[in-house]
Amino acid sequence: MKRNLFALAIGLIFGLGLCISGMYLPAKVIGFLDLAGAWDPSLAFVMIGAIVVALPAFWIAKRRSNAWLGGAIELPTARSIDAPLIVGSAIFGIGWGLAGVCPAPGVVDLGFLNGDAAIFVAAMAAGVLIYRATSHWRLPDAGVLTQDA
Amino acid sequence: MTIDWAHFAPLSALAGGALIGVAAAFLILGAGRILGAAGIVGGALDIGSVEAPWRWSLIAGLVVSPLIARSLSDIAAPVFLVHWPALIVSGLLVGFGARLGSGCTSGHGVCGLARLSPRSAVATVVFMATAVVTVFITHHLIG
Repeated sequence: MKRNLFALAIGLIFGLGLCISGMYLPAKVIGFLDLAGAWDPSLAFVMIGAIVVALPAFWIAKRRSNAWLGGAIELPTARSIDAPLIVGSAIFGIGWGLAGVCPAPGVVDLGFLNGDAAIFVAAMAAGVLIYRATSHWRLPDAGVLTQDA
Repeated sequence: MTIDWAHFAPLSALAGGALIGVAAAFLILGAGRILGAAGIVGGALDIGSVEAPWRWSLIAGLVVSPLIARSLSDIAAPVFLVHWPALIVSGLLVGFGARLGSGCTSGHGVCGLARLSPRSAVATVVFMATAVVTVFITHHLIG
């Protein structure tokens, strides 16, 4: 229960960050990705702000074994720069560039009761399920399967 | 290259980014998990897993956050720029690609870079590059 309330608060903070930064707006994201048009560098500042704050936390996390709420701190263990990483990231980028929406902003936009966001999130979930259904076609993954990055 | 000064908002971008960093920092130190949205959504689909409830809780926080943001200031409602067939293709590619590539903008672009992970640095460069090329094609070549 404590863990779920904690995760709820994290989701609220994450979502507020996406709202304040403007990254929940597809036009804002496209403005960053459109180098040949009128370029809006804001997204780079979002990443800088996030990384500067998260950097010391991950520095500490690497040196601790247990989380405050108990249980192990699970950092990704995969190290190899392999084909799934590159091909997957390339596919992800094409999808991101098509609509200007990545996973977290898509979920935040559901909170605006936006029907298009519902279509996007449903398709994204379907994409995850297709990945799983086809996983036996691929070689076993090298690293942690359950976590990102 | 021309800068879009009318929309460039470095201070709100930094402030919002810092909040995203706070969320990533608390999740790794508090619960021991990476703040990667694609992994969280994907893991939430494992209904019955012990890792599913916290993920659904985090997703609930994301969905409720606009209510709080709207009560604090008068922010615009999001407008999607493409119609549903393109949205479906986009969502499928985002979901599939993020799982195959083990991460998305938050998992690789924020947490991975903050961990100083070379894998995430490569992933971030790759997805930024294909996204930029996709926008160039759709907005300048055929748009």
